[in-house]
Amino acid sequence: MIRAFGIIGIALLAGCSEKPVDEAAFGIAPENIRSGYEFLTAETQALQNDDFANPGLLWVQTGQGLFQDGGCAACHNDPGTEFRSVASTFPALDPQSGKLINLEGRINLCRTRHQSLPELPYESDDLLALTTFVKSRARGGTIDYQITDALQPHFAAGQNYFYSKRGQFNLSCNQCHDENAGAKMRGDTVSQGHINGFPAYRNDWQTLGSSHRRFEACDIAVRADPPALGSQTYLDLEVYLTARGNGLTSESPAIRR
Amino acid sequence: MRNIRLSVPDNAKSGDVIELKAMIRHDMESGYRVNIQGQTIARNILTFFECRFDDNVIFSADFHPGVSANPLLKFHMRAQKSGTLTFEWTEQTGQIFTKTAALAVLE
Amino acid sequence: MTPIKRRDVLRISGGVAVSLTLLPKSAWADEPAMRKSIRDMFGDKPIQDGRVTLTIPTLSENGYSVSMNVEVESPMTENDYVTKLAIFSERNPIPLIAAYHFTPASGRARIASNIRLGGTQNVHAIAQMSDGSLWRASAKTFVTLAACVVL
Repeated sequence: MIRAFGIIGIALLAGCSEKPVDEAAFGIAPENIRSGYEFLTAETQALQNDDFANPGLLWVQTGQGLFQDGGCAACHNDPGTEFRSVASTFPALDPQSGKLINLEGRINLCRTRHQSLPELPYESDDLLALTTFVKSRARGGTIDYQITDALQPHFAAGQNYFYSKRGQFNLSCNQCHDENAGAKMRGDTVSQGHINGFPAYRNDWQTLGSSHRRFEACDIAVRADPPALGSQTYLDLEVYLTARGNGLTSESPAIRR
Repeated sequence: MRNIRLSVPDNAKSGDVIELKAMIRHDMESGYRVNIQGQTIARNILTFFECRFDDNVIFSADFHPGVSANPLLKFHMRAQKSGTLTFEWTEQTGQIFTKTAALAVLE
Repeated sequence: MTPIKRRDVLRISGGVAVSLTLLPKSAWADEPAMRKSIRDMFGDKPIQDGRVTLTIPTLSENGYSVSMNVEVESPMTENDYVTKLAIFSERNPIPLIAAYHFTPASGRARIASNIRLGGTQNVHAIAQMSDGSLWRASAKTFVTLAACVVL
């Protein structure tokens, strides 16, 4: 019903200056950090705040059912308090394998290691629902994600991705989300590109999706070949962006355009 | 089974007009979208919603493709006595999705 | 080819102006498809302004989900209640978005929902009372064009 429109506006930004990668870790001063929520209209904000009408809560409900019926509750007895800091702890390094895992990866590790169950595919409905349920327990908390020495290489790789130009439009993430945040692109206001609301219900998708799906949408929008959801590239980017959003409130399941 | 969320006030008094809320997980596929291969995605929408108190219809609605995905409805009823509320959606395929909720009314 | 004279243009446009003023009062429904859809549902009965309050955002940042509130003034008794409330779009491929059916047991003729709108337009809400009278309200929303829509 609604036609997909091209990306006329983005091309206009392509000539903007590049920021040297080493100059600063983040392109936005901490006092100027603003959640994607603040770039929404009052009506969309109201939808996010409505504890019934927010459609992301459908996934929270499904996830809670899976959590209770799927055996998770055998180890995790008190989901209300246990997961309160989950928005500040992932992505993290799995002590056993040394691999970087995000919350989705942690849920899949629980399944393979403790439940003898197969991994759920990235962006599958069940994995989204479980992730959103667990993340929703951290809703309203302030994100305080520390980059340890062990996480530093992943942070650096994510930062490098954020500042690297790519795609036919030859744009890097920072050109829109650091340098032009707040500017108008057609009818949209460019946000700072934070992920504190994800998994989030996007009206464009008419469904709920992960931060990695959002990264993919940005990569496609600049006409780049996106890496896979759950790939090392996107996990590293998630490390960088989570730290970049320190001080924001965890809003998942948020509503986004 | 489809995921359904309901909200029914739990402290209604007889004669009160109360707000009921219902939301169901459904793509409400409009029939106007195309997939990445350029083929039209077939329409599949919910076409009808009904809310009954015991056996009496309180409120109903006809849906068309202009209703958003995961349709939300807030509407009202006059609470008279305790009973069972049935919320029922009918898909164009004929499939029916139902969830009930108890309404407790203080006499 | 005979060039069109200024006088002819004036004469033709004058004719158009006259025919417009002769149109019935329901000319607010300019879009023929929507007009047909309204006639299919309510026939040719006159529709009066008032008793209906339609609230949609002035600016909608995504046409896939536009929040909508509609309330109809009515005592909602056995003898006097709202039977039907229908929502029409001027620009959607199917003008009829939804129709809501009330009963006296509804207590209050008010609904809230989310609708899809294919562009900037007026939305119309028409209510039918138990006495058969029809009432309407309209509201305009600007649906903005997104920058980075990727299917």
